[in-house]
Amino acid sequence: MSGGTRLENANPLVFQRSGERLLTATDEDENVADPIDDREIFDILIRTVLSQSINDPEHPLSLEELNVVEQLRVNVNDQDSTVAVEFTPTIPHCSMATLIGLSIKVKLLRSLPGRFKIDVHITPGTHASEDAVNKQLADKERVAAALENSQLLEVVNQCLSSRAISGE
Amino acid sequence: RFPRLAIKGSGPIIGKVDGPNPKPRLSLTSSEPQTRGRGVQLLSQVLQQCYGNLQESEVEVLVTFYENRLKDHYVIMPHVLEGLKALTKCLVLPPGSAVSILKSVFQDAHVQSLMLAQRSCVYCILINLMDSREEELKGLGSDFVFGFVQSMDGERDPRNLLLAFQIARKIITQGYEMGKFTEEFFEVTSCYFPIDFTPPPNDPHGITQEELILSLRAVLTGSQRFAEYLLPLIVEKLDSDVQSAKVDSLQTLAACGSLYGHKELSEFLPGLWSSLRREVFQTASEKVETAGLSAVSALVASLSRSVLSSDSEDVLHVFLDLILKDCLHHLAEPDLKLVWPSAKILQAASNASYRASLKVMSAVMPSLLEQYNTQTQVSNDVPLLLLLLVKSVLANHFCSLSSSLAVMECCGALAYIYPEAFAMRMVPRLKEAIFSGTSVRRRCVTALASVSSQPSLVQESVPVLLQILTSAHTGMGSYFVTSVCHSLQRIAEQAGQDPEVGQIFHDIVIPRLLGLAIQAALQGETLSHWPAHQVHYASLMASRAVRLFLDGDVSFLPENAFPSNLQLLKVNSCYQTRTVCLLMACVCSLPRSVEIPEVDRLLVELEELSFTCLHPFSYTSAAKCFAGLINKRPEGRTIKTLLLRYHPLSTSLTDKLFSLLGDSELASHAADGFYLLMSDSPDVLNRGCHANVRIMYRQRFFAENSAKLVQSFNSAVPGKRKAAYLKALSHMVNNLPKQVQLTELPALLPLLLEALSCPDQGVQLSTLSCLQPVLLDPPAALTTQLDGLVARLLALNSSPSMKVRIASLRCILALSHLPDHLVLPFRAKILQALAVPLDDKKRLVRKEAVLARGEWFLLGNPGR
Repeated sequence: MSGGTRLENANPLVFQRSGERLLTATDEDENVADPIDDREIFDILIRTVLSQSINDPEHPLSLEELNVVEQLRVNVNDQDSTVAVEFTPTIPHCSMATLIGLSIKVKLLRSLPGRFKIDVHITPGTHASEDAVNKQLADKERVAAALENSQLLEVVNQCLSSRAISGE
Repeated sequence: RFPRLAIKGSGPIIGKVDGPNPKPRLSLTSSEPQTRGRGVQLLSQVLQQCYGNLQESEVEVLVTFYENRLKDHYVIMPHVLEGLKALTKCLVLPPGSAVSILKSVFQDAHVQSLMLAQRSCVYCILINLMDSREEELKGLGSDFVFGFVQSMDGERDPRNLLLAFQIARKIITQGYEMGKFTEEFFEVTSCYFPIDFTPPPNDPHGITQEELILSLRAVLTGSQRFAEYLLPLIVEKLDSDVQSAKVDSLQTLAACGSLYGHKELSEFLPGLWSSLRREVFQTASEKVETAGLSAVSALVASLSRSVLSSDSEDVLHVFLDLILKDCLHHLAEPDLKLVWPSAKILQAASNASYRASLKVMSAVMPSLLEQYNTQTQVSNDVPLLLLLLVKSVLANHFCSLSSSLAVMECCGALAYIYPEAFAMRMVPRLKEAIFSGTSVRRRCVTALASVSSQPSLVQESVPVLLQILTSAHTGMGSYFVTSVCHSLQRIAEQAGQDPEVGQIFHDIVIPRLLGLAIQAALQGETLSHWPAHQVHYASLMASRAVRLFLDGDVSFLPENAFPSNLQLLKVNSCYQTRTVCLLMACVCSLPRSVEIPEVDRLLVELEELSFTCLHPFSYTSAAKCFAGLINKRPEGRTIKTLLLRYHPLSTSLTDKLFSLLGDSELASHAADGFYLLMSDSPDVLNRGCHANVRIMYRQRFFAENSAKLVQSFNSAVPGKRKAAYLKALSHMVNNLPKQVQLTELPALLPLLLEALSCPDQGVQLSTLSCLQPVLLDPPAALTTQLDGLVARLLALNSSPSMKVRIASLRCILALSHLPDHLVLPFRAKILQALAVPLDDKKRLVRKEAVLARGEWFLLGNPGR
């Protein structure tokens, strides 16, 4: 899982970042409850970065810039307390797929209320070993075990560190 | 003999075919084809003359006869078709015979091996039948289309082509079933595209290339089902070297726009765009360029119109992004020759629809404006480009213009350069829009303000705004009127020191405004039409305008006939006393050198008003006005005024305020008094109003009084009174400049922590905002207080005010950056506590909670 010396996708296609979410009047109204929506989850996830995947550790790219996470692949149902996120590895043989999935899952576990059931899987048809990765991500015990591996936890935390994003 | 009889219609014609008269019958049954041909010719000619007189049974016999003749010798064929053509014009054609005629024609006549005239005959038969027997033909299903495709395949004559295209168009518009022959149908017509036809010299038929092009285009662009074939064809033909082919292709593409939607277009957009870009960028021909631009417009319009399904991408944005990507950077190089084609494409795209213009403008304007503002040697093209774009916006969607800030800014800049154009074109249109009561009139008012950057424009726009205010009594919403006041204020601000604009305000605006305000006050209808905040705006505006008067003449006040014994300053109606703020605006903003007449009497009245009036807005205004006047007097009283001047007397008054803090009832009000002392007041007593303000008065006040405050706090009995001290302290600290705060805070920390537990939300909020910067670089004193701080911050997470919740979460986030050994002990507790705000009902609170919790998770973990 570690980056290694050779890079798989040394020069990935970089996508434009979407703008900040616009503030509306209801956002500031104390009496209105704002349900958790797709954009909110998307905004949480796009702070996650892939510092290992590219050759310039000074300028890590976010999952949004790599088009790994797209807003239309995030589905939230606040009432039923479910979140489903599909992510698209940058190349079909990306060995980072499990790490990306794990980072997304951990980020959501840390950022969402406990009532939510979180489902993270690969966008169908975009990865060679899609089923195997999905299975790993769906297995609670394997996720927990993976996070006890301090090396792995370190990599995941690096992805989730807000300081990795420029300017923060 | 025979023809004459027949034309008269005196007897049944059938008799003539197989009736007693032997001669024609003989020729029809002759074994010699030439003779049979003459017989049929004769019969057909007769029918052409008298098809209207036939009866249904006769027609039936004749149809059967002719259908059989189709199988006969080829020399007879021309006459048979003539006869059939005549028969298809019969109104009494029996049911079923239309279908059978067609079947026989398709089966037995090989259309393309026929002569020109006969082919034309076949097309006429088709047209006649389609006109009169549409339902029957549709019963044939896709066989009809197949038959037609076969008959026209290979047609070369322009006259026949016109007929064939007419049939093809009918097939599409009347909805004949094409089934699996769609592609064949398209092939057989599209093989003529693009049409290259030069009429022969002294052309007898008068067919032009234009005619052919239009009728073919009507066919090709007639159905969405052709999109998948037509669009690649267009891309292919655009590669052609023949100019007319290019123009035709581009025009055909533009024609597609009216019918196609994003479903048809999306797949081909990149290809189409690269061809269009090439044509517009590289062509030397104006015709090709015009056609290319209108194709861009048509595509954008069609994409803007399409209905999207919930999960599909907005193809309009995809397409505009393509365009912007290729064109925008050319605008940055105004000296290169691609700048004009790029600008024209962008203009064409933004002209197409409201949404497109919004997107294009917000992408283009900022970069153009930046160029305009930053480059020292602005090429002439930049303002011209801006003008071009804005003109197109004005012409098409000018109501949308104010929705984009960039466009507004741009209009302001342009109006400065081209005031005449704006005065003539834009102001009247905006005026029209405002008075027609459209939903965007508020935006129009704002737009009006933003373009009023030159005296000549102000002269045009201000009367419009005043007219709106005048009609305010007749029921426009007060919200709207407020925005009008805002706009006037903005114009006054923009004008700066411009004496001409000042003159306009002096001569026209101020008297009118004061007149209106006082008139409204007298009528007592204040509450509905002139709510307090609006009067407030008016006064702000007036004060800014007054500052422009260098002459300081105040004698222009209300010019019209108000009652002479008007006593606005007497406490009889809060509506009237409210106008005191207008007085304040006028007199307090004058330069110090201006003598205000009867100032002593005014002061006495104001003092009385501020102490006796029960209406808060009025007495505050009166007090402010009073203070404003005092500040400029050689000697004076009230605290703030004196404070600003370091007057020796101020201390004694501050002491008075301190003693009030100890009073159980007035404590809270007194604490708010500190806020008044420390904060900036926008409408009076600031430098802009020529007030006498000494530097660092805040620091000085703080240095003199903070110790006293802390001392009093420590000696005060717990409860309400302590809270009042905390409030005063937090007001004082919050208004200090940040650098001063940082040096002063360590000493005040215990008090601030105490303030966090104060129930007043305002105090909580101002304390939290003081604390946050301190936490980023914490003083040593804090480390011993961490326990209490964490507990208090977590408690504030359940505050009913979202602002307090947000501020406390920010402080918690800041805590995570303290040295690990200090904060690690709190990690588990804080992570657990932060799970609650993750489910807060407000999104803004959740956002802060997610940030804070994420950081606390990383604390003490590998990979941080």
